Amino acid sequence: MDFNDSPAEAEYRAKVRSWLDANAADYREPHEDWDLKTFIAHSKAWQAKKYEAGYTGITWPVPVGGQGLSPMHSIIYSQEEGRFHTPSGLYSIGLGMCIPTVFTHGSPEVTARYVPKALRGEEVWCQLFSEPAAGSDLAGIRTKAVRDGDDWIIDGQKVWTSFAHASDYGIVVTRTDPSVPKHKGLTMFIVDMKAPGMEVRGIKQMSGDSGFNEVFFTGVRVPDAWRLGAVGDGWKVALTTLMHERLAVGGKPRSAPGYEQLMSLARLTEAPNGAPAIEAGDVRQRIAQTYINDQGIKLTQMRALSALSKGQVPGPEQSIAKVVVAKTMQDLASFALDLAGGDGLLAGNDADPELAKLQSSYIGAAGLRIAGGTDEILRNIIAERVLGLPGDLRPDKDKPFNAAA
Amino acid sequence: MNFDFSDDAKALGEQARRLFADKAGTAPARRAMAADAPDHDAALWAEVVALGWTAARVPEAHGGLGLTPEESAQLAEAAGHYLAHVPLVSTLLATEALIIAGSEAQQAKYLPGIADGSLRAVVAVNEPGAPSPTSLKTRADGGALTGVKAPIADLAGAGLAIVAAAGPDGPSLWLVETAAATVEAVETLDLVRRHGRLTLDGTPAEPLGDAAAYQAWLDRAAVILAYEAIGTGHAAMDMTVAYAKTRVAFGQTIGRYQGVKHKLADMYIKLELARAHALHGLAMMDAGGAELTQSASAARVASLDALAFCAEEAVQLHGGIGYTWESDCQFYYRRNRALVGTIGARGWWADRLVRALEQRNRAAA
Repeated sequence: MDFNDSPAEAEYRAKVRSWLDANAADYREPHEDWDLKTFIAHSKAWQAKKYEAGYTGITWPVPVGGQGLSPMHSIIYSQEEGRFHTPSGLYSIGLGMCIPTVFTHGSPEVTARYVPKALRGEEVWCQLFSEPAAGSDLAGIRTKAVRDGDDWIIDGQKVWTSFAHASDYGIVVTRTDPSVPKHKGLTMFIVDMKAPGMEVRGIKQMSGDSGFNEVFFTGVRVPDAWRLGAVGDGWKVALTTLMHERLAVGGKPRSAPGYEQLMSLARLTEAPNGAPAIEAGDVRQRIAQTYINDQGIKLTQMRALSALSKGQVPGPEQSIAKVVVAKTMQDLASFALDLAGGDGLLAGNDADPELAKLQSSYIGAAGLRIAGGTDEILRNIIAERVLGLPGDLRPDKDKPFNAAA
Repeated sequence: MNFDFSDDAKALGEQARRLFADKAGTAPARRAMAADAPDHDAALWAEVVALGWTAARVPEAHGGLGLTPEESAQLAEAAGHYLAHVPLVSTLLATEALIIAGSEAQQAKYLPGIADGSLRAVVAVNEPGAPSPTSLKTRADGGALTGVKAPIADLAGAGLAIVAAAGPDGPSLWLVETAAATVEAVETLDLVRRHGRLTLDGTPAEPLGDAAAYQAWLDRAAVILAYEAIGTGHAAMDMTVAYAKTRVAFGQTIGRYQGVKHKLADMYIKLELARAHALHGLAMMDAGGAELTQSASAARVASLDALAFCAEEAVQLHGGIGYTWESDCQFYYRRNRALVGTIGARGWWADRLVRALEQRNRAAA
């Protein structure tokens, strides 16, 4: 066993590294003070630079503007870019999920019109899937699209839409036929986020940030040419998007504290008996458990990378990542703040900066346990797809959507 | 990156799973529970020896096949999965000790016999009143050991015991020919794997490596035992998944209920975390990597956590039938105790992991 690149991988890594060293120099330090406008401007400039150098759409087919390379190339690029503090996030949903759906299911004209601009970063995309009454049960969405000549008219509401306020276009899943069972009456469209009848409102999260939005559709017109896939095939199309989501969501957020931070806090904190907390048995057990979970996921991802590197399909073990990462992040932050006692409660200007990071991790983890598949849905997926257990009883599955309770 | 077993090791594992699926498993384990049953399945052991598995890890110079720790791990996992009633894992642990700590003469004296099956060797760490593998009361005095080692897996019929004992520089390993000591059977919670008591009373012994070698061996043993625990835990999960697909309650198979399927998903999650750390441990064993103690300790803790969870929830998810004598659940529930009580329990290894992390931090500082 070894943890080394193959010669071809090493060559690509060296090329990427030298390009980044020459071009990403401005991003060696974190930029915590960027406002949204500055962030978007930097994101767009950086994306254009990457596009010119051939570091966008690395795994996409060449005909749609991609590089036609392997998942290993994409991972190597991400690892190397990860050593810098380049602006990230603005395109992760658009290029990670929406655009692959567009070029897989859209017409050649639509692909030619939208994919290159998205790849260059000129146009930002968002994904309009979840609704107030349809989160985990995505096929239960109610936003409807009704045919009107060459157009469709969309009415309804979407929620949890990241970067809707910064987006030019989105992909939206709608109900076009409520008289058939819920998975069968859906259709996917491209939508112009600036079209008349679109309204975006920020959602203030528990953390106080507003990274997500509600999006209201009131008589929004989209041409039939913007349809992705056949009428009634929206579920199949959405599965393409969600498959790409699984590849995108996984590891611990880079800013989230891990076992190292717990160890350093425990060295500096006094236990009730006056000794450093790190000498206490229960503290050491928690450090060990955190290491096992955090490092265990990293190592599990390395098993998947090995398979990719050999041109094989990774096993199902990667499916454990998010469910372990999110809960471990919450448990670690909670335990560390417990150690700090009352100091763990002081916030804002009154907080110790290290403890403030743990507080934000504690609050953020509550969201991470829900986003991109709740702990419960992910356990269902492991049980059903990996272990082969039967699906939950779904009383509405085969009934017409408008007749289900 | 190649963070995976070699194809050769995988092929050996496949061969071992085929043999044990055929000749081991819960039915032979049940026969082995009988009070008058033999210490191990002699016919199966003869096949294991004939297939070269006791020779797998032994260097070619000493009559073996010179294979890697990856092969030991594959064999241990297969044996664990099928509760194989043969002293294979004990042999693998003893072989590892001779390979990393033995002098040329010691290896030449014992390894050929282990390889060809004429000598059975076990490791003896446990002793009454010693909760950790480093708080030992058995003492060396010149070339003689005095103390009591128990419970020791597969002791009956073993010609060589590799004994952990306290010494001036810390605990270390000693070679003891059991003919010169007293061997008795002891009862344990594990009704399949036989354990014994080795009483040493000024018994002639020869040092096997130094205190550092003992520490290195503990890490290597932890990785091999992690694979055994993963195999056993996986079997408990498989059995419970199969049951959840067929048992009907309230008009549907119980595997549809989230209260059931989420526990099964948690079994899988814990086993995969353990596999990741165990593989890391193996990679460090292969390469003599600096992170051996860290990875082996994590593998030990994660594998014991996974096995305990799988074994306990297997009984729970089977319901009343799982608590009967006739149910196979008890094999995993009981084996869990045997594997916890082999080279130091969970808590000691979790502490060892944190010590390794502290040492690494100090080295980096």
